[in-house]
Amino acid sequence: MNFKLKDIVPQLITVLAVIFIFGFFTYNAQINMENRGIDFGYGFLSQESSFDVQFSLIEYDGSHSYFRAYLVGLLNTILVSVIGIIIATILGVIVGVARLSPNYLINKFAAFYVEFFRNIPLLLQIFFWYFAALRALPLPQDAEAIFGVFFLTIKGLYVPAFIWQNLSIFLYSIVAAALAIIIIRIHAKKVQENQGKQIPVFYISLGLLFIIPLLSFFIGGVSLSFEVPVLKQLATTSFIYEGGVSLPPELIALTLSLSLYTATFIAECVRAGIQGVGKGQKEAAASIGLTPNQVLKLVIMPQALRIIIPPTTNQYLNLTKNSSLAAAIAYPDLVLVFAGTALMQTGKAIEIVSITMFTYLTLSISISILMNWYNKRIAIQEK
Amino acid sequence: MSKKNFLKPDKSNLYTYLYLGSFLFFISILDVFLNSFFKLNLTGFLPNFLSFLLPLILGFIGLHFIRIEYSGINKLDLLNKHINTNNFNAILSLLIIFVIIKSLPPLLSWFVIDASFAGDSKDVCSGSGACWTYIKVWIRRFMYGMYPNAEQWRINLSFVALMLLGSVGYFATDRFKKYLTLYYVVIYPLIAFLFIFFFISGGPVFFDFSYGIIAAILSIIIGFFVPSKLKFYYFLIVPLALYIILKYFLFFDEYIELGKLDGLNWVETGAWGGLSLTFIISFFCLIFCFPIGMAFALGRRSGFPLIRYISIGFIEFWRGVPLITVLFMSAVMFPMFLPADFFIDKLVRCIIAISLFEAAYVAEVIRGGLQALPRGQYEAAKSLGMGYWRMHIFVILPQALKLVIPGIANTFLALVKDTPLIFVVGLLEIVGMLNLAKTNPKWLGFAMEGYVFAAIIFWIICYAMSKYSYNLEQKYKTDR
Repeated sequence: MNFKLKDIVPQLITVLAVIFIFGFFTYNAQINMENRGIDFGYGFLSQESSFDVQFSLIEYDGSHSYFRAYLVGLLNTILVSVIGIIIATILGVIVGVARLSPNYLINKFAAFYVEFFRNIPLLLQIFFWYFAALRALPLPQDAEAIFGVFFLTIKGLYVPAFIWQNLSIFLYSIVAAALAIIIIRIHAKKVQENQGKQIPVFYISLGLLFIIPLLSFFIGGVSLSFEVPVLKQLATTSFIYEGGVSLPPELIALTLSLSLYTATFIAECVRAGIQGVGKGQKEAAASIGLTPNQVLKLVIMPQALRIIIPPTTNQYLNLTKNSSLAAAIAYPDLVLVFAGTALMQTGKAIEIVSITMFTYLTLSISISILMNWYNKRIAIQEK
Repeated sequence: MSKKNFLKPDKSNLYTYLYLGSFLFFISILDVFLNSFFKLNLTGFLPNFLSFLLPLILGFIGLHFIRIEYSGINKLDLLNKHINTNNFNAILSLLIIFVIIKSLPPLLSWFVIDASFAGDSKDVCSGSGACWTYIKVWIRRFMYGMYPNAEQWRINLSFVALMLLGSVGYFATDRFKKYLTLYYVVIYPLIAFLFIFFFISGGPVFFDFSYGIIAAILSIIIGFFVPSKLKFYYFLIVPLALYIILKYFLFFDEYIELGKLDGLNWVETGAWGGLSLTFIISFFCLIFCFPIGMAFALGRRSGFPLIRYISIGFIEFWRGVPLITVLFMSAVMFPMFLPADFFIDKLVRCIIAISLFEAAYVAEVIRGGLQALPRGQYEAAKSLGMGYWRMHIFVILPQALKLVIPGIANTFLALVKDTPLIFVVGLLEIVGMLNLAKTNPKWLGFAMEGYVFAAIIFWIICYAMSKYSYNLEQKYKTDR
């Protein structure tokens, strides 16, 4: 073996430095914890948490364990992220397309939106919506109904709840519809390749998606009713709404600001993606006789998506990470519930901060692995 | 005169359509205008629903009439091309015009007409508009945090001096141009560091460090003039040795006394705040995160597998976690990792945390630039017999950095926008001060004014920076 000293020395120094730093930290941590009488361990996760959380997707109260509190926080984070991602994507695509509009007013309006919202810190926007804008909403007893069923008040948004019977049958019917659509798509592709005939797959799928769940209402015994929130007086001046689902103002402020902020970045991604497809592509596609719809579906979109999706996934990741700002307005997300309340109660700084970071890290890395896989799949195969 | 077909306006009856269309368009805008500015409802005699939609319908018909291709009238063609290409666009344009007209009066009255500017107590703010008096009274707190009023000239003086020193590059003559990089990368940050740590804080915060650090940095500068044969060993040994000697062997109380500037009161970092803290933090983080990021970008593309994996691990770790948890870590977890008698100031911990966090993003941006360079550049440099460092310093990095200017600017922009998060560790820059002022019992209920004020300031800073980076990008655009 012909080891060169020049190759080994830098690596050795770096590794030694890293080991030294980590060793130094662990050594100090051990001494500090001994001095303060804290023991290291994750056993506290199964202990009773004895604190309450205002808003939770799963059943939770003080008698549940810290691990359950962690799950509550994680689910709340995921809830905000998913709602935010959906709204931001819709808004971002619309604004991104609008920025390419030949209409001067629409173009400038979209540009104004992008420049305005992305140059203001997200935290400031969250504070603005939560402390200034949503505080100006009416009290529950003064609220006017929107479409007769929604109530937007200072205590949050009240929406009707769905009450399902035989929900599982309904879900099965949707799965069945999805399976049928996949089979039809495969069949249609075969038919087109063999005989050149085109089957209107889109309309058939739309019909299936509508008809099969509808059938489940008539045959499967599924029924759906709504529970409209009703105003109830607690004391002389204190009112709340009962029934229905209530969305706390923290959630509204957070999703609103997250999606308005992230939509500006997604809009820029979409714009860059569509601009990135050469004009020649469109003209070439038209010249071989494709209809405008086909040009969009078969030529423009696949190429634009290749440019759009990687940065957009990054924005989704950013949104998920930014949702941790929820701690600033007391929305019970992972950071507030776990790295805030649970840390205060247990004092297990190292364990809790590391679990929180590890959770976000897992989330990010799994998404970026997925993205890399997707990127490889759609990348142009060049020889 | 040919027959008029109102569904399909054409050029033969140009003026009929033009007058009719412009009239309808004008009426629709006038209606909305009067409605929103003077509360006059011209169409009040109609049913509610129709009265609401009438301007839209009239404007739509008007725009339909004046949509005549190649009319020969320049302005009309421009109008058609820009806002009136088809029915759908016409409706959208009308909606936007109406929204602008509708939203102007309430905005104007809130911002200017009904707003109160005079006075210095809450009593003057009885109108429905904004209370700018609140901002006026609190402006010092928003700008300087809890920094004592009598000492604020120190912050002003430091910023002015640093700005002047920073603009030296514009006035440098050709003779000094070649030293500019050295100046901006090493000397200027050092001066800024001295200014902030000795002048703004006014005392020997970390004095035992600063001697060592200054000596180490000076020795690095001197190191550039050491013969190249010995350079490697010089850099390996001298700065660290100097630092250790100064810190552990030559450290006496008299030296602390030496460093104190006479007549300046010490202001602890907990009292710093407001917009000036935003600037201080962004400035230091930018200075620190750039070299760290560059090192890890080079590390990630290094040929040594161990260095590469360590770099990848570092970058992916910081990129995967939210800044707020990093700050949490610096606040509650980091003190556990240090020796018990070893105390690092809150602000410094915060700057370290943000710098490491941003360095990972900077590293990815720089890596993008390194990857974008054609292989030929590397090969050409190697064929001239350049080593790794020479190749990177003289050939690769100057080109790669030029490519990534917009990316770096965006990262820096994100950094500025992230500074409000330091409320997590209890430091209050402008947004934190707003939240504090909002809870003052004498000044309850002015949250909106405060947030709007901060939003305007941040918007101006960030927008100016993004425009500047765009200009730089245009200036340094290298054609390939």
